[in-house]
Amino acid sequence: MYNQTEIIKDTSELGAEGELVINMGPQHPATHGVLHLVVTLNGETIKKIEPHLGYIHRSIEKMCESLTYRQFIYVTSRMDYLSSHINNLGCALLVEKGMQIEVPDRAKYIRVILSELTRIASHELWLGAMAMDLGAFTPFFYAFREREMITDIMEDTCGARLTMNYIVPGGLMYDIHPDFQKKVKAFITQFKSKVTEYEDLVTNNVIFQSRTKGVGILSAEDAISYGCTGPVARASGVSCDIRKIYPYEVYDKVEFDEVIETAGDSFARYIVRVKEMNQSIRIIEQLIDNIPEGDFVGKTKNVLKLPKGEFYTRVETARGEFGVYVVSEGGTTPHRIKFRSPGFSNLSALNHISVGSKIGDLMASMGTLDLVIPDIDR
Amino acid sequence: MFLKEYLSDVAKGVSSLLKGMRKTGYYFTHPKEIITEQYPDNRATLLMSERFKGEVVMPHDANNEHACTGCTACELACPNGTIKVVTKFEVSPEGKKKKAIDALVYRLELCTMCNLCIVACPSDAIKMAPNFEHSVFDRTKLTKILNKPGSKIREGIE
Ligand code: SF4
Ligand code: SF4
Repeated sequence: MYNQTEIIKDTSELGAEGELVINMGPQHPATHGVLHLVVTLNGETIKKIEPHLGYIHRSIEKMCESLTYRQFIYVTSRMDYLSSHINNLGCALLVEKGMQIEVPDRAKYIRVILSELTRIASHELWLGAMAMDLGAFTPFFYAFREREMITDIMEDTCGARLTMNYIVPGGLMYDIHPDFQKKVKAFITQFKSKVTEYEDLVTNNVIFQSRTKGVGILSAEDAISYGCTGPVARASGVSCDIRKIYPYEVYDKVEFDEVIETAGDSFARYIVRVKEMNQSIRIIEQLIDNIPEGDFVGKTKNVLKLPKGEFYTRVETARGEFGVYVVSEGGTTPHRIKFRSPGFSNLSALNHISVGSKIGDLMASMGTLDLVIPDIDR
Repeated sequence: MFLKEYLSDVAKGVSSLLKGMRKTGYYFTHPKEIITEQYPDNRATLLMSERFKGEVVMPHDANNEHACTGCTACELACPNGTIKVVTKFEVSPEGKKKKAIDALVYRLELCTMCNLCIVACPSDAIKMAPNFEHSVFDRTKLTKILNKPGSKIREGIE
């Protein structure tokens, strides 16, 4: 039995007078998944945000320990489902690095083109969803119109729209669709003619600007200390593009700029992603006509065994640095595996950038962090 | 001074809104450029691409013969235990024993459409079909036997 004084003592520890604790999520339209934020408010001002995770935990890392090096790749599509192709690529690169498998040039080119298409599709979806969080519904449809062309290309070539699983250690599962190049070129033309619509609808919109400019400022030092990567860190002026720093596949042969903004606010993060889409188009344009002829998959052994040791690879997904760390005992399955997902680190900065701002601004700061919950909560 | 700033802010806001509205208005008056498809209505013309991974099927030819030898490579390749190969021994008229499949049990509800079984199959006996309407009222209907009743292995496949 509790007596009265104990109960009062308990509540006094919860928060100071006038503070209000609200639960945002796990079912909330703006969290795009099952993210649960416990927000402590003073009036309308945010005092603290505590993300609660675990609602979509599938213990993927543990699961991978019982899957072979061919099988564990497909599981990573279910983490960051918007960059599933790039996640698959990271895992395949690890196996190839560990076993010194030669990958044919043709496969490398196609992998990069598909990675960039994935990046555009992901940013495209983010743009629509982010504008929708801020109350603009129309850009969602415009963004999905272009994204649909990419998912069609993916469907033709990889056989799936989201969880591709098109990459196998040593190359690709099968060759590209005969129409691939034609369709990608049609997409580039369409994208270039329509990208101005986003500028009119979103970028130059006064309401959008006033809701994002100066909101959720993340300084470069904080971006580094929270481990932020990808567009979030680049909007704060941190140069962290894995494609530039540790080029993999054919990224060292193509010309593109690492997009860096210095403001660090939500608007800068928006601008970085829009500009990144244009850079991705630039990369695709350089590669699409030069896909070399040849095999699409290299010679591999039937049973893949990673030598004993520790392996780490990283790739740049649409959200930042995705790392795969495998400890191998020399068997056919990983002994221990760890994924470094960009979303987790980016989310950890949310409390820091939101404290002191109004609850309405939380939508903008959270939206521009581009959180994909299954990626945070593996 | 304040009033002037305020009014120019309002004018700027309205003009940027109108700019956006012009775009939406354009599509409103040009219905031909709208690409939205209404799903159940376009069912007759809707074509999935031929590679679309919808479900695993086993093609049979006109004589009700398939190419599956019962080697269980697909079962080993599958990460989810979706496929179960049940084999039996067939005795040929000469008295020789030969391994053949009794049933290739495929549980659609466990399948993640990862295509690994198709790649693993040495005799191309199974493939992906572009079906996507999988809803059923009873989940036991999702467990399928891929080889047709009475089917047997095609001549010449080892
Ligand atoms: S597609 Fe993948 S999950 Fe489905 S049966 Fe084949 S190997 Fe198993
Ligand atoms: S479907 Fe192919 S892999 Fe599976 S048992 Fe038959 S022949 Fe072997």
